[in-house]
Amino acid sequence: MTQPLALQAVSAHYGTTKVLEDLSLSVQAGELVSLLGASGCGKTTTLRLIAGFLTPTTGSIQLGGRDLTRLPTHRRDIGLVFQNYALFPHLSVLDNVAFGLKQRGIGPAERRKRAVAMLERVGLAVLADRAPGALSGGQKQRVALARALVIEPPLLMFDEPLSNLDAKLRVDMRVEIRQLQRSNGTTSVYVTHDQEEAFSISDRVAIMNAGRLMQFDRPEVLYRRPANTFVARFVGFENIIPFKVVARDGDRVTAETAGMILRLSQAAYGAIPDSFLLATRPDGLVVSTDPMAEGLSAQLGLRTYLGRAYQYQCDTQAGHLVANGSLTTPLEAGTSVKLVPMPEQCTILPADGAR
Amino acid sequence: MMSDRPHFLLIVVAALVYLFLMLPLVIVVGAALSDTTYLTFPPQGLSLRWFENIFEISAFRRTIITSLQIALLGTLIALLIGIPAAYALNRFRVELPKWLGTLFVLPILVPEIVFGFALLKSFTVGTGAPIFLSLLIGHTLIVLPYVVRVISASLASFDFSIEEAAISLGSAPVKTFFTIVLPNVRAGVIAAFILAFITSLNDVSVSLFLTGPGISTLPIQILAHVEQFFDPTVASVSVLLMFLTVAVMAVVERTLGLTFLAK
Repeated sequence: MTQPLALQAVSAHYGTTKVLEDLSLSVQAGELVSLLGASGCGKTTTLRLIAGFLTPTTGSIQLGGRDLTRLPTHRRDIGLVFQNYALFPHLSVLDNVAFGLKQRGIGPAERRKRAVAMLERVGLAVLADRAPGALSGGQKQRVALARALVIEPPLLMFDEPLSNLDAKLRVDMRVEIRQLQRSNGTTSVYVTHDQEEAFSISDRVAIMNAGRLMQFDRPEVLYRRPANTFVARFVGFENIIPFKVVARDGDRVTAETAGMILRLSQAAYGAIPDSFLLATRPDGLVVSTDPMAEGLSAQLGLRTYLGRAYQYQCDTQAGHLVANGSLTTPLEAGTSVKLVPMPEQCTILPADGAR
Repeated sequence: MMSDRPHFLLIVVAALVYLFLMLPLVIVVGAALSDTTYLTFPPQGLSLRWFENIFEISAFRRTIITSLQIALLGTLIALLIGIPAAYALNRFRVELPKWLGTLFVLPILVPEIVFGFALLKSFTVGTGAPIFLSLLIGHTLIVLPYVVRVISASLASFDFSIEEAAISLGSAPVKTFFTIVLPNVRAGVIAAFILAFITSLNDVSVSLFLTGPGISTLPIQILAHVEQFFDPTVASVSVLLMFLTVAVMAVVERTLGLTFLAK
């Protein structure tokens, strides 16, 4: 039942505005892929193209060998879960779930049986005869999920399904969605602007910006090894420092930024190009009071308390940096320190990886 | 800030306004029940003979039927045009130019008397179309704005992702319109029907121009009758028309609530 999805060089223009440019993306059978990005990045457009509510200007969309590109939505056989649930207000919960089965010409008795079974799986069988208006947000989204799953679609898509729920319920629901998706093994595309949500439930995440795909990988890779400055900033690499290599000595590389020298090991950092960006989170810069430490000279500024660490706004010749320091020794503003990068928490980006 | 009870003066003013609105109706009802052969108030003697008289005058019988036919047909045609128009205006609000919505309101913006005259000049005289057809077209056009407005109001609160959900579940777009969209704006359609029906039934200014020899509507016949006779028949016809309207409103109130029309 489950099928792979492939988008090949898909572009979508809205008048003269390009909302999506040359997007290629393949989702393996049974995989859950999230499209992540700020509003206007093209993630919803992508979902609507796959669903068939929009037609791509160029490119093609394939689902398990079927070409969907010109197929009308109602023949695509895709389960959709909407942000605002989109339940049919004039039908009971049971009839909502049975709706897709009815379109497939399945008889009333069988419809009922399957719909009830699906409602049982989402824990709502007791509410089968209610009107959707009488349900809570979480219940509505469960009904919407049941309605999309009961037709056993080869592809399931979610459009910000949890945005209208409160924080606690969001976390519960995403676990539930992931469990259902896993046990059914349905290929899924999940659109969200919430990084934590995307990373927690996806096999792979596609980070999008301004109609382009920025990086598409497993959450672990995106989180530790962003491929460009956009993704780096997106996943919290607040410090991005441009360097030029001034000397090489086997494994050791001497690099310079704004008059400051830093010696780096390629064994620790991987291959270092002549011109590069060192990117790291505040946790990746250790605040050291040892004047001989191998790091960037800085003056501490404002200190804030994070619970697990102190965070310092730092002034350096290379500009403003943010570093986290230990809780045991809070330092005062104005202290001269060295910021020592931790190789395992840093990543090297090519200098032209900027966007 | 203020107490929940309305101010004494407010009650008085409201009562006076109601009195002002209702008094003419009381007079008409009174006059209709008079036993005299001329219009008078307070009624002298009580009788229903003027109500019987309505049905004895063939012109009244004919025009009541014509009025009902025109109102019913005109409203149905307006719905057939207005429902898809309102749907398109709301569904493709972003894609469609703004003036298109205004186009459907134009017939109420133009003074009805001008509108009626324009129709007479350009259509009836221009094409030599039958009077009934001219009347039907005229009435369809004057009620169309109400239909589009009321159904648009209903569709404005309709979430079109519901329609998309149905389509994604395998329901073809046209079928989805009838099984999903229409049931959810049912109340709007009923309200539009009633509003349009009553508007058509009570219309004078457009009908005035479009009625002709042999075919007339009830309000026009009432005018014609008053010009020749001064008996209470006009009062009783008015009462009949009033009760027809009240009956329709009562049905709306019972099924949907009147707040619905006030939107």
